Amino acid sequence: MDNSNIIQIENMWKQFPMGGGKFTALENINLTFGKGEFAGLVGPSGSGKTTLLNIIGSLDVPTKGSTIILDKSISDLTHKEAAQLRNHHLGFIFQTYNLLPVYTVFENVEYPLLLLDYTSDERHKAVLDALEWVGLSDKEKSRPAQLSGGESQRVAIARAMVKRPEIVLADEPTANLDAENSHHILQMMEKLNKELETTFIFATHDEKVIKYIRRKISLLDGKIEKDEHLEMGDRRPETGDGRPETGGRA
Amino acid sequence: MGAGLRTWLNVLVLSFSFVIIIWHRGILDGWNHQAEVDTINWEIGGGIYWHEKYDPYDPFTLTDSHGPVPYQLKKEINAGNLEPILISQATIYPDGHMQTVLLKGIDPEQMILALPTAPLDTMINEIPAVIGTRMAKSIKLKTGDYMTVRWRDVNGVFDAADIRIVGVFKTNVPSVDNGQIWLPLDRLQKMMQMPDEATIIVAAKEVSEPILTSSWEFKDHDFLLSDLTEMIRSKSIGGSIMYIILLLLAMLAIFDTQVLSIFRRQREIGTHMALGMTRGQVIRLFTVEGAMHGILAALIAAIYGIPFLYWQSVAGLSMPAGTDDMGMAVAEKILPVYSVGLVISTTLIVLIVVTIVSFLPTRRIAKMNPTEAIKGKVI
Ligand SMILES: Nc1ncnc2c1ncn2[C@@H]1O[C@H](COP(=O)(O)OP(=O)(O)OP(=O)(O)O)[C@@H](O)[C@H]1O
Ligand SMILES: [Mg+2]
Repeated sequence: MDNSNIIQIENMWKQFPMGGGKFTALENINLTFGKGEFAGLVGPSGSGKTTLLNIIGSLDVPTKGSTIILDKSISDLTHKEAAQLRNHHLGFIFQTYNLLPVYTVFENVEYPLLLLDYTSDERHKAVLDALEWVGLSDKEKSRPAQLSGGESQRVAIARAMVKRPEIVLADEPTANLDAENSHHILQMMEKLNKELETTFIFATHDEKVIKYIRRKISLLDGKIEKDEHLEMGDRRPETGDGRPETGGRA
Repeated sequence: MGAGLRTWLNVLVLSFSFVIIIWHRGILDGWNHQAEVDTINWEIGGGIYWHEKYDPYDPFTLTDSHGPVPYQLKKEINAGNLEPILISQATIYPDGHMQTVLLKGIDPEQMILALPTAPLDTMINEIPAVIGTRMAKSIKLKTGDYMTVRWRDVNGVFDAADIRIVGVFKTNVPSVDNGQIWLPLDRLQKMMQMPDEATIIVAAKEVSEPILTSSWEFKDHDFLLSDLTEMIRSKSIGGSIMYIILLLLAMLAIFDTQVLSIFRRQREIGTHMALGMTRGQVIRLFTVEGAMHGILAALIAAIYGIPFLYWQSVAGLSMPAGTDDMGMAVAEKILPVYSVGLVISTTLIVLIVVTIVSFLPTRRIAKMNPTEAIKGKVI
């Protein structure tokens, strides 16, 4: 396998059993991703975006073909190995934030580190760094219920980024946010992508997200229709440092 | 009903079980303790040397189960550390009826047992006797009354005499009362023509090294009290049904809470898995969370349970009339005794049960597909 590719998908199919027969959600997918990509899976509802993202995230397994993530074949992993892969190398961002309601912001961000071998000091520093990246240093003691949607999603980004994973997978991260907040979090992720060289893969049909991504993979009925690297010119110039106070570009 | 309210109700029921189990077992231990103390004071002292043929459950052996007090024990008897008692069967005729009784001869000056034997030390023509209130009631006699007693002496020869009741005593120990008449030892020895003989010899203090003699066997507390403990245990089964029901209710409630919470929190479970938790870790998390209900219940139980249990241990539980006839020592009031072991073992049992009950529904998590769970159909 080409060492520069951290994700390599070959002739991959995903089928779901349905009423005696099978439903093909992904059909003969061939894709590779390199380090530091900022890519989007784009397509109408039901085109297979989430399904593909879940397989890359080792939450699901392909029916046929191979999917190799960081040198590991998803089909061959045990539950435990898959959990370990997610734990060490993958970050997830969800449309619905999925913060743990009883924990504070700090504890939510700290949570993935508790599953890893970090010392308490290392955890503390990593969490404060992550909260600073997303501009929420002053909210570390708040509970998820006290946060706005935009703030919640920023906590989720901090949680995904705190262990500095190689890959972050974001399924419709802006679907529950207004334009201004969407731009905030996209700027933030773009900045983290550049600074930490983290690969970001989005599943989205949000035009605002499409403005930021540098690679657009179009899905239709489970097939890759187009895979284009976008010109910088398609996108609006960078503004500021991505902190929320600087406002969006809506 | 909201999940929160439901959880609190469940925890409350569990805390009730906690308090009632400890209270109930405290009553049993208190009862046991009180019965033991009474039995020791009134009947068995520090243990008893039995004549080798003596069998308290078979009165027909009494004709053979007597013998001279062994010389090895004489010194202790004179020092007041041992008390010989002679037992034999006889027939009495209270107002015309015939009734078989046990005659028990004891030294009127004895200090070992709580039996008030002093009134036996009297110079009257009839045979002086003391009896318990139960016996007095059954033969309808009171202090000062007479009755005829008929017995067979050591040679099998029938004889008869009059007995005069010189005292009636009240005791919690029915086995020194029912069907028994206490006489001065020397009178009974004379009646039976068994001079210096005894059936049992009661020790004052617990004997660590019994004196070994042929034809006498020493019975210690463990042996003599085992029946009592067994009896209390068997008589108390009715009471334990109450707490078994409460515990079952609480278990059901915890189970239900767990099933509901796992159902409602699918998305959270999916999130845990996405963040890299293994299914085993998620199962552990939910089991521990469920077990926390047990700890919470223990804390709540402590808040109202400690004052209640303390009050009970001071005020005591009045035993209903009628328990007197249970065939064992029952005081009018039982003071529950709560030992550290009792509280710790109850807490452990409840926590273990709650943990198991919390674990069972989490096995459903192992079957969950993370991608389905994250979608979190519920909520
Ligand atoms: N577990 C499943 N069982 C059966 N069919 C499924 C399952 N998961 C997804 N599908 C089907 O696969 C197809 C692709 O679903 P997927 O969720 O990947 O779409 P999507 O592109 O993310 O759509 P959306 O934009 O609405 O989120 C859909 O037709 C869906 O019904
Ligand atoms: Mg989707």
